[in-house]
Amino acid sequence: MDAGLLERVRERLAGEGLEPAFAHGLLAVPLPRERLLSVVKMLRDGFGFDLFLDVTAVDWPGRDPRFDVVFHFYSTRGHQRVRLKTTVTEADPVVDSLVPLYGSAAFMERECHDMYGIRFRGNEDLRPILLYEGFQGHPLRKDYPKDREQPLVRYRE
Amino acid sequence: MTMRDTEETLPTPVRPAFDTPSTEDGVIVNIGPSHPATHGTLQIIAELSGEKVVRADVHCGYLHRGFEKECEAHTWHTLIPYVDRLNYCSALINGFAYCDAVETLMGVEITPRTRYLRTLLSEYSRIADHITCIAASVMELGAMTAFLYLMTIRDWIYEHLADLTGARVTYSYGRIGGLAHDLPEGWIKRLEEILDEYEEYVGRIHGLMDRNRIFIDRTRNVGVISTEQAIHWGFTGPILRSTGVPRDLRRDTPYLAYDELDFEIPVGINGDNYDRYYVRMREMDESVYMIRQLIEMLPEGPINVDDRRCTFPDKKLVYTEIESLINHFKLVIDGPQVPAGEVYRAHEAANGELGFFLVSDGTGTPHKVHVRAPSFVHMGGLHKLLEGYQLADIISTFGTVNMIGGECDR
Amino acid sequence: MNAAHERTGAFEYLTTRKDELVGWARKFSIFPYPFVTACCAMEFMSVSSTMYDTDRFGAALPRFSPRQSDLMMVVGTITHKQAPILKKVYEQMCEPKWVMAFGVCATSGGFYRNYAALQGIDKVIPVDVYIPGCPPRPESVIDGIMQLQDKIAHSRHPIINEKF
Repeated sequence: MDAGLLERVRERLAGEGLEPAFAHGLLAVPLPRERLLSVVKMLRDGFGFDLFLDVTAVDWPGRDPRFDVVFHFYSTRGHQRVRLKTTVTEADPVVDSLVPLYGSAAFMERECHDMYGIRFRGNEDLRPILLYEGFQGHPLRKDYPKDREQPLVRYRE
Repeated sequence: MTMRDTEETLPTPVRPAFDTPSTEDGVIVNIGPSHPATHGTLQIIAELSGEKVVRADVHCGYLHRGFEKECEAHTWHTLIPYVDRLNYCSALINGFAYCDAVETLMGVEITPRTRYLRTLLSEYSRIADHITCIAASVMELGAMTAFLYLMTIRDWIYEHLADLTGARVTYSYGRIGGLAHDLPEGWIKRLEEILDEYEEYVGRIHGLMDRNRIFIDRTRNVGVISTEQAIHWGFTGPILRSTGVPRDLRRDTPYLAYDELDFEIPVGINGDNYDRYYVRMREMDESVYMIRQLIEMLPEGPINVDDRRCTFPDKKLVYTEIESLINHFKLVIDGPQVPAGEVYRAHEAANGELGFFLVSDGTGTPHKVHVRAPSFVHMGGLHKLLEGYQLADIISTFGTVNMIGGECDR
Repeated sequence: MNAAHERTGAFEYLTTRKDELVGWARKFSIFPYPFVTACCAMEFMSVSSTMYDTDRFGAALPRFSPRQSDLMMVVGTITHKQAPILKKVYEQMCEPKWVMAFGVCATSGGFYRNYAALQGIDKVIPVDVYIPGCPPRPESVIDGIMQLQDKIAHSRHPIINEKF
């Protein structure tokens, strides 16, 4: 485990005007969405965060901007994790896609689009993946009722 | 008498990425979602040139049961049964990873006995998971005898775990801050017996499969992936290790009691199906070795932490003391109060990195529970393992990738 | 059935005996189609292998083509995305056919009450036997198979009536 790695990342990012902080064993970095792609590139090429773990969103109804978009990265050599967190508004839920950098981002961005309606600029293939064609709405948004079903097959009597 | 009761046309739930072949002699074939090769529910739309797969479009989501939405309607405690049904082959690992994440958020330190017991049960569960994976994949290649031998061991393990937890497959045994209850009498003795039997049976599997011409021809140099590609597509667990990288969270970011154990990380050479099979076989042996160490190390002591924020009071006190009664009531109705914050905790599950990303807003109900499921990520890169090989190789590749519908689709 | 036949007691007696004979034959040659989706698959594997062995009931050999099978075992949760496939496979099966809802999710949706899960497969296709449990123990699966055999043995087999 490379204990100094996260400290170096923190110094570098703090030098660029961001506010990284340690939280429960990883480095959490809030950042504006415009800087996402450049920071991810820097993490991947400069610090060896080569494994893209996860992207998901968090819905905070009533807050503006409404959504957090959360990314997790892992370094397979340094054995450390970094979390990037950016915010998007309900009116313009768009962030840059990471598909050019990590192949694994494709499916996870599709899932995030399914569940929260976050769009990823640069990912052309945002077909439903866990949901199906014709599903209206985004079920993990807090305003989607838990038991609103959209059946595909007509029920028997 | 008509064959069809209705003449209603049924909708197609997915839209394929391509519907015209790229070459003149190309054929598009649909495999799944209900097909013997796709145990679980997966759909592969493949373009073939002769017998060769040119392109593959993988669709999952047929088992999307709304796990995350369901969690947001339950308290931190009552969603544990849902967590168990993510990877139902090794349900205990899921439960412990989730409890670990909540405990990290609450700042709870589990007792030594629970720490060792969770490690032991995680490894035991890993054996059951690998057995299921190997049994299913070799059965699809025609090895019925190996399947029956492996199922016999797995049934012993299931019955043994049922003695402990009360259920054969989905245990709900983890608790925030501890476990449901302590080991029953004689459990360890039976565990040692099963491990001995396991060694004999797995020896037979090695004899049946390892140098079997048919098996080698179906798996050697099939579904090959390089280390760079594997990391690029997010593969973790046995698939990544089969390419030759000893990346294992149990060693790299030790959790539970793994830093006190002596074990090896088996790696492959080629990253093909045979390596994946062999890595899993060797990992089971390492798990047995670890369990034997843990039996020696297992300390006496309490199971649950003494923390009224998460641990239920003793039943006797609930009936006699007002404080305990109120505590019990609050824990059941409101749930454990988890401080606001975010946490990501990952355990090395049987298939790879199983991560829980939890967001709490300070109440007894999670604001968000997100699972980083290895199977789902693997499905994103599955087409890399299929393209360029024969149609029939889909069966052996898909078997060794070990896609588990519950955690893939959630 | 033809009304003229009903007046002659002898023929009625004969057809009943035929039903029994056909039912007896059919109940020991069940060809299941495992429509396997979720956790219950683990128990399905157990119940069809050495320890519990459904071969004892003549129901060992799974046929993975709906055309060749007469019992559809719906093993695990059916979601709204999966429902059209379930219905399509059911319609492809030839008569006579039976359906077994294996586990509580197939029976009623189980503890999944949300936008994704179908609240019981009987909303889409008719079901003959329900097996409770999450997942059911192999013993209750065997009990379910025996109840289905009972049902097959005691039901009428109308194809024979029309032909003879």
